[in-house]
Amino acid sequence: MSGLSRHSVLPGFGLSLGYTLVYLSLIVLLPLAAVFAKTMSLSFVEFWAIVTEPRVLASYRLSFGTSLLAALINTVFGLLLAWALVRYSFPGKKLVDALVDLPFALPTAVAGIALTALYAPNGWLGQFIQGDLGIKVAFTPLGILVALVFIGLPFVVRTVQPILEDLDSEFEEAAASLGASRWQTIRYVVLPVLLPALLTGFALAFARAVGEYGSVIFIAGNIPMVSEITPLMIITKLEQYNYAGATAIAVVMLLLSFLMLLLVNGLQAWTARRTGRNR
Amino acid sequence: MNAVVASLPGGRTSSQTRFERNSATAEQSWVRAVVLTLALVFFGLFLLLPLIAVFVEALRKGLEVYWTALADADALAAVRLTLLTALIALPLNLVFGVAAAWAIARFEFRGKHLLLTLIDLPFSVSPVIVGLMYVLLFGAHGWFGSWLAEHDIRIIFAVPGIVLATVFVTFPFVARELIPLMQAQGKEEEEAAVVLGARGWQVFWYVTLPNIKWGLLYGVILCNARAMGEFGAVSVVSGHIRGLTNTMPLHVEILYNEYNFAAAFAVASLLALLALLTLVIKTWVEHRTHTSGHRH
Repeated sequence: MSGLSRHSVLPGFGLSLGYTLVYLSLIVLLPLAAVFAKTMSLSFVEFWAIVTEPRVLASYRLSFGTSLLAALINTVFGLLLAWALVRYSFPGKKLVDALVDLPFALPTAVAGIALTALYAPNGWLGQFIQGDLGIKVAFTPLGILVALVFIGLPFVVRTVQPILEDLDSEFEEAAASLGASRWQTIRYVVLPVLLPALLTGFALAFARAVGEYGSVIFIAGNIPMVSEITPLMIITKLEQYNYAGATAIAVVMLLLSFLMLLLVNGLQAWTARRTGRNR
Repeated sequence: MNAVVASLPGGRTSSQTRFERNSATAEQSWVRAVVLTLALVFFGLFLLLPLIAVFVEALRKGLEVYWTALADADALAAVRLTLLTALIALPLNLVFGVAAAWAIARFEFRGKHLLLTLIDLPFSVSPVIVGLMYVLLFGAHGWFGSWLAEHDIRIIFAVPGIVLATVFVTFPFVARELIPLMQAQGKEEEEAAVVLGARGWQVFWYVTLPNIKWGLLYGVILCNARAMGEFGAVSVVSGHIRGLTNTMPLHVEILYNEYNFAAAFAVASLLALLALLTLVIKTWVEHRTHTSGHRH
């Protein structure tokens, strides 16, 4: 072990790394391996038949579609919110800043029933949206979108905010003194610096939304082919004791998640290179 | 830079940000008004309103119904189980977080980048899949299912399964907070302590711990919020046995599905209070680390 940790006088390398690896293997890697091992009990034809069932395909379309849209909404409004928090002064700013993390701290089931209470046909907002506009929110894909916007809200704000805070106003002063309009300065000077952070926040919000369960199932209505998300399909198969079926869908989701993780890692490295920040 | 901008003449109030005082970084007032309105309406609609709804719905039928719902034996059992779960999951992930941060931030070794990615992995696994994994391992038809049945050990649909699922979903929190913090601080202080003759645990106790205590608290707070609030993963392995394997979030679901909305929101309001407390402590820690120059 000591051969690996060259030039260090500090003790505890073997103990700390050994413990880390054992704990990681037991808690994370072994259970994940079980999922992939279970899939191996299926032939490829069986696997393919499960993951392309019409009801499952409909759930991918719904999960990925609403997650993508929710992440886009969060990118736009997250940027506006981050901008307001860094650049403007307004009453209650500290409170707003602290509450942005609420979706990280609030249990998803609580968020789920609260949003349903707001958007149900007889709910606080639902009675007006459905009564006056004729749009049904809860128990439709639109309700799922609302829940996913809620849980993804902090990601873009919290990735963009620190970059915006660190951004030296010298660049904007230079642009202004060279005759650029404010919009040109933002478009050509500020936004390019924020781009990697925006993309990272988008990817994080999307990845979280695809796997989300607790806040969605209350407001989704869970109607087959219409408002069943992919995680719910796993639960449905499990409740029918169809472990192989549940696992096959889980593998599809896991592969996508790993792909997103790689993408986020790459984006964060890009952010670090662009801005000189470590995180 | 800050001082120069702040001293520019202009006569505006000091509560304005440096960007608003500087004509090169300030937008026209109508742009500012539009951005602020959009941002705050979005905030109010998607964050503030759901939070208010929890408390209003909880108290809709009056305080008496509220207290009755909380004093219910099944609700109290759910509170106890949630506390127990967090009490087991937190120390486990705390020790892991410190060990991982010590190895990663203090030593150079091959595969460090891969290890960092693997530590982040639990964040990108859907909670439902977390539950499924433990069912595949410890369920009646799982890898260890028959062995566990022979020895009369129950993990799935029992408390150990709930704890395992919670440990998984809260796995990265402390490590993620400590690793960048310890990397930023560097190892000079600890090396100096070793050169001066301190033993390993003395170095950790008297040099490292005082430096990382706020980061540690920060990680523990976030870890605790998730541990007490986890729904999807716990839902799969719990079996939903009232009074036995029901955590608070699961109890909320059961009450809600029975159309007992006032009681569901009453239990939910406790969880919402926990979330608010978490945010208060988090903001306070951020403020402390900000002023003492340890911000990361």
